[in-house]
Amino acid sequence: MSLSTAPAPAPGADRIDMVRARALSIRRSAFTMVHEAQLGHPGGDFSAADILATLYFGVMRYDPKEPRHPDRDRFIMSKGHCTGAFYSVLAQAGFFPETQLKTYMQPLSMLNGHPNRNYLPGIETNTGPLGHGLPVAVGIAIAGKLSARTYRTFVLTGDGELQEGSNWEAAMAAGHHRLNRLTVIVDRNRLQQGARTEETNSLDPLDDKWRAFGFHVEMIDGHDHGALLDVLGADPAGRDKPLCVIANTIKGKGVSFMEDNVSWHHGVPTDEQFAQAMKELI
Amino acid sequence: MSAATKSVEGLYDCRDAFAKTLEALAEADDRVVAVVNDSVGSSKLGGFKKRWPERLVNVGIAEQNMVGVGAGLANGGRIPFVSCASCFLTGRALEQVKADVAYSNTNVKLCGQSPGIGYGELGPTHHSIEDLAWLRPLANLITIVPSDPWETAEAVRFAAAYEGPVFIRVSRYPVPALQHRIERIEPGKAEVMRDGDDVAILANGVMLHKALRAAEKLAEDGVSARVVNMAWMNPLDIETIVDAAATGAIVTVEEASVRGGLGGAVAETLALRRPVPMEMLGFPGFVPTGTVDFLFDHFGLTAAGIAAAARKAISRKGR
Repeated sequence: MSLSTAPAPAPGADRIDMVRARALSIRRSAFTMVHEAQLGHPGGDFSAADILATLYFGVMRYDPKEPRHPDRDRFIMSKGHCTGAFYSVLAQAGFFPETQLKTYMQPLSMLNGHPNRNYLPGIETNTGPLGHGLPVAVGIAIAGKLSARTYRTFVLTGDGELQEGSNWEAAMAAGHHRLNRLTVIVDRNRLQQGARTEETNSLDPLDDKWRAFGFHVEMIDGHDHGALLDVLGADPAGRDKPLCVIANTIKGKGVSFMEDNVSWHHGVPTDEQFAQAMKELI
Repeated sequence: MSAATKSVEGLYDCRDAFAKTLEALAEADDRVVAVVNDSVGSSKLGGFKKRWPERLVNVGIAEQNMVGVGAGLANGGRIPFVSCASCFLTGRALEQVKADVAYSNTNVKLCGQSPGIGYGELGPTHHSIEDLAWLRPLANLITIVPSDPWETAEAVRFAAAYEGPVFIRVSRYPVPALQHRIERIEPGKAEVMRDGDDVAILANGVMLHKALRAAEKLAEDGVSARVVNMAWMNPLDIETIVDAAATGAIVTVEEASVRGGLGGAVAETLALRRPVPMEMLGFPGFVPTGTVDFLFDHFGLTAAGIAAAARKAISRKGR
């Protein structure tokens, strides 16, 4: 078994600092990809960056050289449009060379706008249409329980995405089966493609909804690396139900003119905006 | 939900062969699991549930989740047979079938129960005459329409052994056990069930035995009809279709919409490779209420109706 929580922090550095540095690096990488492609979803890339950095550099056990190891922890990017951040974290975790990120959304690239498990290692299921990740994650968690394997299954959903009914079909099943090794993380940035979630089809009280479906719920600041590490890293053996982490985030987090601005859902930067953003992302 | 297995007339409900074969596979390989949407009874999986309760995942009435859970179980190393009325499996969960199964190319076996007009009187919401048209463009998804209990069992065994997505249409309409010339089904290979030179009847599923009876009727009048079993919708046996066109006239017969299913697939092939007169039998649109046999009669899906279509196709030769 070669699975580990990869890689260890450098001597003298602590885990939180390492995750923070990775999150910054993911944002810079994702925005560079979006700038070059003039396509992408940078607002959601930025709201999810700290969550992804925490999972891949502080919580999950995996071996990029054996991406389908049966005991690996699974991560499903249900908000499949945020591939700028997702491909960046996979590359930084060693699943494929970072040089490949330059091909993002180029003709015939393996880096499709939405992730494809048959194109790149480290992707568990093809997402893009919303509301697909959690049902698959529930199946993975049931399989783990049947086989008495100890892997964990993580799924990151958008918040607007929770308007898709398939999530609640899956949530009901997860609660019923008491899938304690399943963790749903909601990237609660409160903005969907066209407007605020609460103006469009309100989700609140979101924590009550998950509790009603049989989840243990934690609400945290989705940009607080220490809180993310504590909550996501906690041993699931101490729970008898699935975990939902409502990560309160800011869409576009890290760049002043993008934060909480709906136009950056799939907005792309001019050269000047890109230069400005890179000055802020340090 | 009648539970007829083998009737006195020697007719079979293919769901019995499905369930029996799945139990045999499950006994031999503990990776085999079933996923259902409260469809234990209608899938005849009561025996499976009794023997392996933990390996039968009942997600309740939630087809989108059912297909996603199937894909997740495959990710976790299981061989999931997702079994549900075909109308809901292919209609309600079509995007999951597309993205989680076909496009993701996962090792999920989709079993569409009681397809076509198997639920006769219940009406078009419960009919599944569109399933083949919906699934046929989905790359990676092996699609099989078995004609009798033996072929159903073969399809289930094939699905378990094959690494990748499969859809099997499992009929409830009572059919006879047919005389096959082959000992094992071969992926993507149509079976010529009867030789003939004047016309070729291409059929699958519960229509195949009617096509064979039609050929017997035609033979009484000196018409030599070839009958081809088109159980494999994907991959499609292009060469056998082109060979059949050498008879100069083609009839397709399916328990499905005439748009986009077997008839559509054969018409595409003929148009590109060898155009000949063709008649397509199936359903023209939403089907009115009635018993299954009434509806087959009403739409000419009978031995006499197929024979008449064959004569019509022959009469159009050389025009």
